Amino acid sequence: MKIGEKAKWDELLTGGVIEDPGNSVNYKTGSWGIEKPIWNKDACINCMFCWVYCPDSAIKVDKDGNMAGIDCDFCKGCGLCVKECPKPNALAMVLKADIEKKGMDVVFKETFGGK
Amino acid sequence: MAFLNELAKREERLAPGHRLCPGCGQPIIVRALLNITDYEIVIAHATGCMEVCSGLFPYTSWRVPWIHSAFENAAATIAGAEAMYKVWKRKGKTDKDIKFVALASDGGTYDIGLQALSGALERWHNFLYVCIDNQAYQNTGVQRSSASPFGSNTTTTPVGKVKKGKEQPRKDIVSIAEGHHIPYVAQGSPHAWRDLMNKMKQGLEVEGPAYLNVIQPCCLGWRFPPDMTIEVARMSAETCVWPLYEVIDGAIKINYKPKKKLPIEEYFKMQGRFSHFLKPENKDMLKEAQRLTDKQWEWLLKREAAGL
Repeated sequence: MKIGEKAKWDELLTGGVIEDPGNSVNYKTGSWGIEKPIWNKDACINCMFCWVYCPDSAIKVDKDGNMAGIDCDFCKGCGLCVKECPKPNALAMVLKADIEKKGMDVVFKETFGGK
Repeated sequence: MAFLNELAKREERLAPGHRLCPGCGQPIIVRALLNITDYEIVIAHATGCMEVCSGLFPYTSWRVPWIHSAFENAAATIAGAEAMYKVWKRKGKTDKDIKFVALASDGGTYDIGLQALSGALERWHNFLYVCIDNQAYQNTGVQRSSASPFGSNTTTTPVGKVKKGKEQPRKDIVSIAEGHHIPYVAQGSPHAWRDLMNKMKQGLEVEGPAYLNVIQPCCLGWRFPPDMTIEVARMSAETCVWPLYEVIDGAIKINYKPKKKLPIEEYFKMQGRFSHFLKPENKDMLKEAQRLTDKQWEWLLKREAAGL
């Protein structure tokens, strides 16, 4: 059974087996929050505390196991990563509405200063 | 920090897109379990927040074989799977190393699933049981469970003029599991991720049943902001409300002893469910809660000193 299709009861697999493991990636939870974290690459020390504490597996990781950004498709905006980040200037929560209004560059500058 | 970078390189075995509340600690605990080990894992999951939100048909967040079981029988389900695996191994049908895990929340462990858990421990199945303890039936609307601590405000033990929250202290499930004389029993917390991962690894490696009790601060039911989940867990260890310890073959080892044990108010004032404790007229209740916590902590210290 594919997501979005309607199936009759006798077309489903016995026991409600789902053949496609991890298919919840098709359900985006990124729209839930009113805030979202933004990441300052220059201040980040790649400690990966954000990764270990993220409930939504929304921290992107590059091939060396370093922080590579935030997956806004799934981030629910709980703010745990910002709270647990040991560096004061690496992650911050901002209002999504602010980004829409002012643009990402302006919000980034306002939050982290300078660069 | 290289340790976490190494772990982060691995494939994520819990997919995002599950519908747990923002700031929920349960996926943090489950990801610690799935990330720390290379073994193939089979999971039986009792009804609870995590099970409901990660398995909304036709979606699943699991990239490991995962069985949705009823409230009462996660341990019985995994015991059956493990028994079948043993037979397969004996008959040469498989040569894989597979580990078996039962996951449940406190309702499915302390209350409804207790007999299945006890049975599986007693039959000495080779599995790890992880109880994700959020101290009430949070999923159905914060009803009291036997894991709810003394005085906590839930929808079935509300605070009013006459009654002040739950009247009984919480059940000591770790001692109950210990009473089965199984090789590994531990209590962990998501804030201490290294400690938690070690415990999960040891629980999987050990021959025979293992039981692991993990606190899960619930921002909805305990009433605190979602970004405080880890802070609340940390404070539970600092105030010794939730001591981190393990019992290996009957000998206790306390994994974390706070340098300065904080008074229980520090933990209470973070959470809405304990807000009535801080009122002057409820001073006696606060004293009682502190007494219960101290009693348990001193008992653990005495046990460790005696090598029991």
